[in-house]
Amino acid sequence: MAPPFSWLRPEPQGLYIVPAQAWIDPARPVDRALVTHGHADHARGGHAQTIATPATLAIMALRYGTTAGAMAVGYGEGIDLPGGVRASFHPAGHVLGSAQILLEHAGERVVVTGDYKRRADPTCPPFEPVACDVFVTEATFGLPVFRHPPIGAEIARLLAARERHPGRCMLVGAYALGKAQRVIAELRRAGYAEPVYLHGAMERMCRLYEDFGIALGELRPVADVPRSALAGEIVLCPPSALSDRWSRSLPDPLTAMASGWMRVRQRARQRNVELPLIVSDHADWDELTATIAEVNPAETWITHGREDALLRWCELNQRKARALALVGYEDEDD
Amino acid sequence: MIAFAALVDALVYTRSRNGKLALIAQYLRTTPDPERGWALAALTDGLDFPAVKASAVRTLLMSRVDPLLFQLSRDFVGDTAETASLLWPEPAGPQLPPPRVDEAVAALAAMTRASVQHDLAALLDRLDADGRYALLKLATGAMRLGISARLAKVAFAQAFAVAVEEVEEYWHGQVPPYLPLFDWAANGAPPPSDEDLPLFRPFMLAHPLEDGAAPDLSAYAAEWKWDGIRVQVVCNGQATRVYSRSGDDISASFPEIAAALPVPAVLDGELLVRGSYQGAAEGGAASFNALQQRLGRKTVSRAMLADYPAFVRLYDALIIAGEDLRPFAWEQRRLALEALVPRLDPARFDLSALIPAQSFADLAEIRSGARDAAIEGVMLKRRDSPYVAGRRTGLWYKWKRDPLLADCVLMYAQRGSGKRSSFYSDFTFGCWAGEPDADGLGGSELLPVGKAYFGFTDEELKWLDRYVRQHTVNRFGPVRETDRSLVLEVAFDSIHASKRHKSGLAMRFPRIHRIRADKPAREADRIETLRAQVAD
Repeated sequence: MAPPFSWLRPEPQGLYIVPAQAWIDPARPVDRALVTHGHADHARGGHAQTIATPATLAIMALRYGTTAGAMAVGYGEGIDLPGGVRASFHPAGHVLGSAQILLEHAGERVVVTGDYKRRADPTCPPFEPVACDVFVTEATFGLPVFRHPPIGAEIARLLAARERHPGRCMLVGAYALGKAQRVIAELRRAGYAEPVYLHGAMERMCRLYEDFGIALGELRPVADVPRSALAGEIVLCPPSALSDRWSRSLPDPLTAMASGWMRVRQRARQRNVELPLIVSDHADWDELTATIAEVNPAETWITHGREDALLRWCELNQRKARALALVGYEDEDD
Repeated sequence: MIAFAALVDALVYTRSRNGKLALIAQYLRTTPDPERGWALAALTDGLDFPAVKASAVRTLLMSRVDPLLFQLSRDFVGDTAETASLLWPEPAGPQLPPPRVDEAVAALAAMTRASVQHDLAALLDRLDADGRYALLKLATGAMRLGISARLAKVAFAQAFAVAVEEVEEYWHGQVPPYLPLFDWAANGAPPPSDEDLPLFRPFMLAHPLEDGAAPDLSAYAAEWKWDGIRVQVVCNGQATRVYSRSGDDISASFPEIAAALPVPAVLDGELLVRGSYQGAAEGGAASFNALQQRLGRKTVSRAMLADYPAFVRLYDALIIAGEDLRPFAWEQRRLALEALVPRLDPARFDLSALIPAQSFADLAEIRSGARDAAIEGVMLKRRDSPYVAGRRTGLWYKWKRDPLLADCVLMYAQRGSGKRSSFYSDFTFGCWAGEPDADGLGGSELLPVGKAYFGFTDEELKWLDRYVRQHTVNRFGPVRETDRSLVLEVAFDSIHASKRHKSGLAMRFPRIHRIRADKPAREADRIETLRAQVAD
C-alpha cells in the first residue's frame, strides 16, 4: 500500500494531485488547475481547465480576459475529479471568492487553505474550519511578532490623521484585490460617508465587488476631478503607485499603507510610509496557531511564508508538521 | 513616556529634516522638566545604563518566549528592542500607569545585573507595544532615529527661539536633564557658565575632491590623509579630554593621550596606534586594524596600553594658551602648531608632515604610489583659510586613494539590520585556492576573503536579495549559503595579513563595486592574486 497522502505531491510549482492529474494554485499553465483565490501568485492565466469559486473565476476573467474551460464550484459544493478524488470548496475569509479546498481520496482528507484569515471581513464570508487529516496552511505572518490589531482602531487612526491634516490628501496604498475593498467597507462601517477616490488600477475590481453585492458607497475615479480638489480626501491606490510619479501630482499627500507588514517599523520605513496601517487579509500568529489547534489535523503542512517559526510552534506543541518548498508565492499582502 | 513614545514613532516615519525639527521642538515646548531633558538626552544617544544592555533584553525575552522563536523574530525584524516590544506578552491584571521618562530613567539607572530581569519586566508591563519600543530604545542607547546632536540643538533653538550658536556653546558642559539650559532658553535665566570646562569645539571638515578637479597647489598645502580616527584634544589647564568626530568624550578609552597634554590648548589630529603591526615601520603608525583593538572600550587594560600604544598625529591648532587661533590663516596656525609640538611628549604627539609636491600632477603620482597601511589618501588645505566649523566649499579637500579591485564569488549572505531588515544584505565572498585540475575547477576551493554590506544601489540590493533566496543551498540560522555561482567585483582600500581568517587575509573597507552576473564563478580571482597586494 502506498504511504499515507502520497497521492498529493508538493512540487516546486504547486501541489500536484497525482490520481486526478490536477494542480492546486500552479505557478505555470497546466491542463487542470484548482485555484483557491484570485491573487495573481495563486491564480495564473493560461490553464486548459480552471476549477474555482464563481467569484474567483470572475476575478480571473477580469485579469486575463475570458477564461476558457472555467468550471465554477460554490462554497460547500464538491466536484469529482478523475482517479477517485473529490474536491470541495469552503470559505477561507481571505478575499472575495477565496476558498479552502478539501480533497478526499482513499479515505484520507486534506485541506489546502490557500490564504486565509479569521477576522470578520464585510467583503467575504468567514473562514470555516473543516475537519481533516492533513492541514496545508499558509504562514505569511508566521512569526509571533505579528499580531494584527483590530481593524476598527486602524481605520480610526486614518480618520484622525485626516482631521489633523485637513489640507493634505490621504493617500492609502492597498492591494487592489481584497484589501482596497475591505478598507472602503470598513470606512463605511465607521460612518465615513464622503466619496472615496480610486486610482485607475482599482476601479474595475471595485465594480466587480459591487456586482457581487458588496456595497462600497460612492466611489470616484481620481482622473475625473482636478487634483487640487483631492486635498482632505481619501484616495486609494496600489502600493506600487505610492512612490511613483503619479502620487507626486496629488496635493501634499500623506502616505499611508494598509498591510500586515506595517507592524514592523523598518518595513514601513522601507516603503517611505508616513502613516502605517496594520491591516492584513492573512491570519496573524495567534490566528494561525489557534486555527491549527482548532482544526487539530494529524499533520500540518506549511506552504509559504515564515515556515520556520510555525514549524517550531508545532514541534513545541507536539504536532507533526513539515514545510513544503513551493516557489512562486510572493510575500504578498502589500 | 506616552508622549515620548508618540514622538519616537512620529520621528521614525518622518523623513524631512524640517518635519523632525518641528516634532522635537513641539515636544520640548510642551513637556515639563526634567522629563524633556531626559528625552532630549535619549534622542541624542546621551544615556547609558550599565545593567541594561541588548543582551539583558535578550535574556529576559528568552525567559518568556521560546528562544528559537525569539531568534527567528529578531532575524526578521532586524532590531532586538523592536522584536522584544512586539513579543512581550501582555500582562494579565491591572498595572501601574505608564512611567514618565524621568521615572523610567531613574528606574533604569538603579538596575543592577541581579535586578534587571525583574525590574525591567515590571517597567515593560506598564507600557503598550509603542511604549515598550521607546523604553527599550532609550534603555539600550540605540535610537537610530537619524537625530544627530546637531539636529537636536537646532530643534532646541527652534523650540525656544534662541540662536543655535549659543545653544552649541552652552550645551557641551551640560549633563542631562540640562536644567540650566532649559532655564536659560525657556525662562530667560542667565546662560550656563562654561569657563572651567574642557569643551569640545566643532570640527572643520573636508569635501571629497571631485573627479577631474585639479586645485592650484600654490594656494593649497598637501598632507597625508591618515587612516585613524579624527580627534580633538582639549586641555583647560586642569583637565584634558579627548573628543571624537561626533563630539563624544573618548578620554576613558585613551587615558595615555588624556594624561599627556600639559598645556592649555585645543588641538586637532588623527588618533593612531604605534607599532609594527600590519607591517608599519617600527615606531610608525599601524593600520586601522590595530587601532580597532582600542576603540569602544570603557576601560583599558595595561596589556592593551602596552601592545597598542596610541598617539595623535597633529595637523591643526584651534586654541593655544588661551589664544583663539581659529580666525587666523592655516599657514599661521601651522606655524604655531610647529612651535608647540617640540614641547609635547614625542611618544604621544607628533606632527603630520606636509607633502612637498610642486604640482598637482606630482601630487597625483605621490598619492598613487602610497601604499602605507596607515595612509588613506591625501588632504588639501587652503593656505589662507581660517578654521571654520563644518564643511565649507573650497577650503579643505580629501582625496582618497583609488580602491583596489578583486573578482570574488558570493558564498554566504545574512539579513541586514534597521532599514535593511529582512533583506539579505551582508555578503561574504571568497576567492579560489589550491591547484585547479585539468577541467579548470576541481581541486580548487573557495576561501572567504571578506564581507561587505554596502556599495550597491537599492535596486541592486533587491536583485541580490532575490538571487540569494533562489540560490540557497544551506541555512545556518540567519545565514544562507549560496550555490557559489555569482561573481561580485569587490572594491577595497587595502588588504592585510590576518590570523583570524582561513584565507589569512583581511580587507579594509570592502564594498560591492559591481555585480558581475556575466562572469563565470571559475574565472573569479585566485587567493595568490590578493596575497600579492598585501600592504604589509
